[in-house]
Amino acid sequence: MFELSFIWAGIIAFAVLTYVILDGFDLGVGILFPLADGEREKAMMMNSVAPIWDGNETWLVMGGGGLFAVFPLAYSVVMPALYMPIILMLLALIFRGVAFEYRWRTERWKPIWDIAFFGGSIVAAFMQGIALGALVQGIEVADRAYAGGWWDWLSLFSILTGLAVVVGYALLGATWIILKTEGSLQRQMQNLAWWLGVGTLCFIGIVSIMTPFQDPEYFSRWLNLPGSIFSVLMPAAVLAAAWALFTGLNAGKDGQPFLAAISIFVLCFIGIGISFYPNIVPPSLTIAEAAAPDKSLRFALVGTVVLVPMILAYTAYAYWVFRGKIDPAEGYH
Amino acid sequence: MFDGMTAETLARMQFAFTVSFHIIFPAFSIGVASFLAVLNGLWLKTRDDTYLTLFNYWKKIFAVAFGMGVVSGIVMSYQFGTNWSVFSDKTGPVLGPLMAYEVLSAFFLEAGFLGIMLFGRERVGDKLHMFATAMVAFGTLMSATWILSVNSWMQTPAGYSINDLGQFVPEDWWQIVFNPSFPYRLVHMVLAAYLTTALVVGGVGGLHLLRNRADAPARRMFSMAMWMLIVVAPLQILAGDFHGINTLEHQPAKVMAMEGHYESHPDGAPLILFGIPNPGEKRIDYALQIPQVSSLILKHEWGAPLDGLDTIPDENEPPVSIVFWSFRVMVGLGFAMLGLGAWAAWRRYRGRLYDTPMLHRAAMVMGPMGFVAVLAGWITTEVGRQPFTVYGLLRTGDSLAPVAAPAVAASLLAFILVYFFVFGAGTFYLLRMMNKPAGTVHLGLKDGPIRTAGITPIMQTDPDAIPGE
Repeated sequence: MFELSFIWAGIIAFAVLTYVILDGFDLGVGILFPLADGEREKAMMMNSVAPIWDGNETWLVMGGGGLFAVFPLAYSVVMPALYMPIILMLLALIFRGVAFEYRWRTERWKPIWDIAFFGGSIVAAFMQGIALGALVQGIEVADRAYAGGWWDWLSLFSILTGLAVVVGYALLGATWIILKTEGSLQRQMQNLAWWLGVGTLCFIGIVSIMTPFQDPEYFSRWLNLPGSIFSVLMPAAVLAAAWALFTGLNAGKDGQPFLAAISIFVLCFIGIGISFYPNIVPPSLTIAEAAAPDKSLRFALVGTVVLVPMILAYTAYAYWVFRGKIDPAEGYH
Repeated sequence: MFDGMTAETLARMQFAFTVSFHIIFPAFSIGVASFLAVLNGLWLKTRDDTYLTLFNYWKKIFAVAFGMGVVSGIVMSYQFGTNWSVFSDKTGPVLGPLMAYEVLSAFFLEAGFLGIMLFGRERVGDKLHMFATAMVAFGTLMSATWILSVNSWMQTPAGYSINDLGQFVPEDWWQIVFNPSFPYRLVHMVLAAYLTTALVVGGVGGLHLLRNRADAPARRMFSMAMWMLIVVAPLQILAGDFHGINTLEHQPAKVMAMEGHYESHPDGAPLILFGIPNPGEKRIDYALQIPQVSSLILKHEWGAPLDGLDTIPDENEPPVSIVFWSFRVMVGLGFAMLGLGAWAAWRRYRGRLYDTPMLHRAAMVMGPMGFVAVLAGWITTEVGRQPFTVYGLLRTGDSLAPVAAPAVAASLLAFILVYFFVFGAGTFYLLRMMNKPAGTVHLGLKDGPIRTAGITPIMQTDPDAIPGE
């Protein structure tokens, strides 16, 4: 039978990827928020994600809660190691989360909650990118606990991954707004998405070239067979997705740019997975070592197998209910 | 500001601070979600517009409170790892799956249907909208169920064994989920959430009745809240009594601290109504007490012997002063709630429910008291669990992450500043919304019906809307 811990690693990876894509575009909308021209466009941008952001962010809780449930050792090593980026991300998410409701409840303080929405979104995205970079760099573990220093997470590499995630989320956000709006806001985002696409590809290139140098194991994996096959295939696939993005933008398509941007994220995520496997926390903590006992994995798996398809179904339904272009006059406030 | 404090003290302060802020929102949103489901159901059944007006009014208040609950809750799910990583590593195999079930069966459900409940009535129609509203309410209750199972397991662990890595590992999931204190705690907390909501709704109703006795939505909400109070307050006192007896069985030291029993009473213990705990001398100063009643309450028997804290080793003793006081605050408020409910029931019987300004003022004073009682209750049970995180098995001092004091101090300071700023503003907006009559078109901004360039659909769906008010 296939190892339970690997099934669970797949489920957690799926939850994190789902989070990155879903909250990625709504954090991206927050990052682009200051570009909105006037109250009408601001309302359109915010209302395009208002009914769904909460569900999107739940995947983050699923990632954290799931890690606690099935890989408690990984959870208890990673959280102290990434103490500051995690805390800053949480605080940033507070600001942007409450802004959804608060900005409609006050006239005088509206600009403050607009800044909270933008600032919270961009800081959360940056910190997630830093956390990713710090994880790729590797986390020092000794005696079932984090053994590194308080600033280990901060490096040129992690700052680069932080910026990469900010630009990438902005791309997702811009293509989402293209999908959900019409007129001048859509045109503005089409132009912007082109540049954000270029920026995202540049960051992917730089980070991909730097990654093998973070750990000799990555290096040998990507440059020897069978890994080197992926070293050829992955860039080709990313280029194909980029081609779909740019042709979609040029042709003024509504949905194609968004799907292409998502594909780029999925490909990058697979790339990170190839680097990590079979570790869950590089360089030394493996999936099997970090896993909880089989009894815990099995108990949690039963519910997951039943509930996750239901969650996906009603989440899809919620998206379906709010499909189509945003009506600038709609809202419940 | 936090000079000289250990990382453990700071981490405990941080957890106490963030969880105390957090519990306020679920305590309210569990009750309001159910209230909204009832209001929407009644509106669909009777087509009485007052119900729809109330639904739309409390829906907007719910949305703000729920948003605050979500963001303060995300913090909790990561704080176990950042500050209490040893606890996470050791209890993860047992508690982790329960929390995963909470996410899967509750958080997604609430989040998935919240958008439809708030924004989607026109898009999905009445029936599916009702379904979504019910799912949000059901989700809040599921959430309470799982997290109280987790908390109860920390109080009364069962169904586990300890492996050679020192981790708690599951043996019997049924025993873990339905551990000895879970049913009592769940009932006590859900009733507390309903009481808290009833008090808030009653307080808001009372406020608007003082301004205008003819205000139909205010009359309706006040009446519903007072019914809720007279039904639930007695049930809660009963549930609390059962919970106390359960605690005596499994965590006697906590009950000793609650009762202020430093000494054992072999011939029946007195009920100490008030007094000042003196931990140094291990006695209660200026105690005002009724002989035998503590034995009567806890053992349901006159003269039943009760052990005191003198039977507990000092290093296992919970902080008596805090538990002693918080318990009295909770119980005192519980009886005040019963009093308000009884008063309202009597005025209703005399046909004067809406014409008794003193009652409406009292309801306003009691409006926030549910929150105070919930916090006091949680302080009692959590501080009473000390000095353990897993009662009797894992000490709080051994649960801490390898964090340095300055890092915890900095994040604690950041949490304090951000929470007071963000949740202070949120509370202000909530109060301002509650200050407006239920028929108000827009609870935010200026009250006019126009937002941006468009007329909002609420104009068409809310027949009670008063344009321009």
